[in-house]
Amino acid sequence: MSEITAQQVAHLANLARIDLSQEEIESLTSELGQIVEAVAKVQEVAGPDVPATSHPLPLTNVFREDEVRPSLTVEQALAAAPDRLDDKFKVAPILDEE
Amino acid sequence: MTDLTRLPAATLAGLLASGDVSSVEATRAHLDRIDAVDADVHAFLHVAGDKALATAEAIDARRAAGDALGPLAGVPVAIKDVLATADMPSTSGSKILEGYLPPYDATVVARLRAAGLVPLGKTNMDEFAMGSSTEHSAYGPTRNPWDLERIPGGSGGGSAAAVSAFEAPLALGSDTGGSIRQPAAVTGSVGVKPTYGGVSRYGAISLASSLDQVGPVSRTVLDAGLLHDVIGGHDPFDSTSLTDTWPSMADAARAGLVDGALRGVRVGVIKEISGDGYQAGVKQRFDESLAMLESAGAEIVEVSAPSFEYAVAAYYLILPAEASSNLARFDSVRFGLRVDPADGPVTVERVMAATRDAGFGPEVKRRIILGTYALSAGYYDAYYGSAQKVRTLIQRDFSAAFEKVDVLVSPSAPTTAFKFGEKLADPMAMYLNDVTTIPANLAGVPGMGLPIGLAPEDGLPVGLQLMAPARADARLYTIGAALERLLEEKWGHSLLSQAPDLSASEMFASEEGAV
Repeated sequence: MSEITAQQVAHLANLARIDLSQEEIESLTSELGQIVEAVAKVQEVAGPDVPATSHPLPLTNVFREDEVRPSLTVEQALAAAPDRLDDKFKVAPILDEE
Repeated sequence: MTDLTRLPAATLAGLLASGDVSSVEATRAHLDRIDAVDADVHAFLHVAGDKALATAEAIDARRAAGDALGPLAGVPVAIKDVLATADMPSTSGSKILEGYLPPYDATVVARLRAAGLVPLGKTNMDEFAMGSSTEHSAYGPTRNPWDLERIPGGSGGGSAAAVSAFEAPLALGSDTGGSIRQPAAVTGSVGVKPTYGGVSRYGAISLASSLDQVGPVSRTVLDAGLLHDVIGGHDPFDSTSLTDTWPSMADAARAGLVDGALRGVRVGVIKEISGDGYQAGVKQRFDESLAMLESAGAEIVEVSAPSFEYAVAAYYLILPAEASSNLARFDSVRFGLRVDPADGPVTVERVMAATRDAGFGPEVKRRIILGTYALSAGYYDAYYGSAQKVRTLIQRDFSAAFEKVDVLVSPSAPTTAFKFGEKLADPMAMYLNDVTTIPANLAGVPGMGLPIGLAPEDGLPVGLQLMAPARADARLYTIGAALERLLEEKWGHSLLSQAPDLSASEMFASEEGAV
């Protein structure tokens, strides 16, 4: 079931927003195939009666008082931005102009 | 005159407190050492010489004014580049964050500063802590001080090499699947992964949030305890931070330095990760250490942890899954690199994809794609869901084992330091290198790596891993310090005192250039 195709890797790369080259897709296809085959081993012992653990030492209801506390200034928040316009992050158009 | 770079942090701290040595002198000695050896070792991505001297001067002035200072005040420290530092670039070993100056300090860094430690700079690491060799750093690998042709471990090879090459007495690391303990093993140094939630992750650039832990890197167990005491404890900025009150880890280490500290201690050897298929010299030194523990009054018990066999597989599903979500923040909008697509329309989505292609290295891409796969509809239950179940089984194995014993032990790594390039072409071979260290991260329990000798066949360091129940970090320090004392009494010196004198190998770099 874990046969990985180049088409699948290209789709995953699109989902992950990484513009992979054709060579990268090819090498990743064979590497992922091997890795997925190795990690599929988890299915051998993961029976329906075993509960899942998402967090090693679970904590619940970690709240704080709903009050203002010091945070970054606008200048600090924008200091490392690749581009800005006034007090905002500036980005390329969201929609493709047709 | 004493070479200040050779002193343990505890000894140096004593000389600073008594006024025999100034922090400026100690800091300058380490900066000189960095100048002399780091062209070869490449432990540092950034050295903040002037800032370090200014910090040291301020500490000296406070001491002269009679201010109450912490036990490590004035002691230099190196900081893994995964940690946010407001005054030094923080790249996590990635091109996508080249030159990035965070607007705040990680909590652990803020605590170092508050305790008067002197940050020397930022240490090299595999990109976003993905790797076991530093070969995945976007800025070139760190070299092992014992043999410059070999890996220093990873991801925290820079921090381990910095302390092992006497460039810093202390360093901070982070450990998601062994990134503190495995580098400690192959460089002959000490490293601790605390209980999950014991040390704040706020400002640690996230790899896998349910596995990441920040911890101390040093040359002695006591030094690690002193640093752990500075960085540990509850942080309201980290919602996974435990609210426990912790005992002093330095005191726990000191308790291990008295006679009889090991009497009656039950030590469990985990059958599944303790010998079969391991390098002969690793096995030999491990067995000798067990004999040494036994002769000091400890009881050695073999325990079985059958699910550990599945730990690497579970880890390489959970980690990529979490990493693929965490690394979504590198979107070319708020910080880091921005690259426009070479052709076609320039939309934010295409800028994002071009940026991530240019900014991420091959291992990061590999794990993001793997994580995206493991989380995708139709595969989620079979892969990620199953891995989470294995995590439960591993926790149960730990619980069962800790009903019988006080601590668990294994070799820290299956082999001594391997050569550059040896495992680079085979990702699974690199992943399997973490077989000993991964279970502790999956279960959240604390682990310590400490040196136990040199493998006879290659003369390279071998490490032993101690693991304790969650929240029982202090136990690692007591037993670790006791074992360290027995070993050093037998050797008549510390292991790292036997490492090559790198300053004499300045030839190395020039030779290479000449060929």
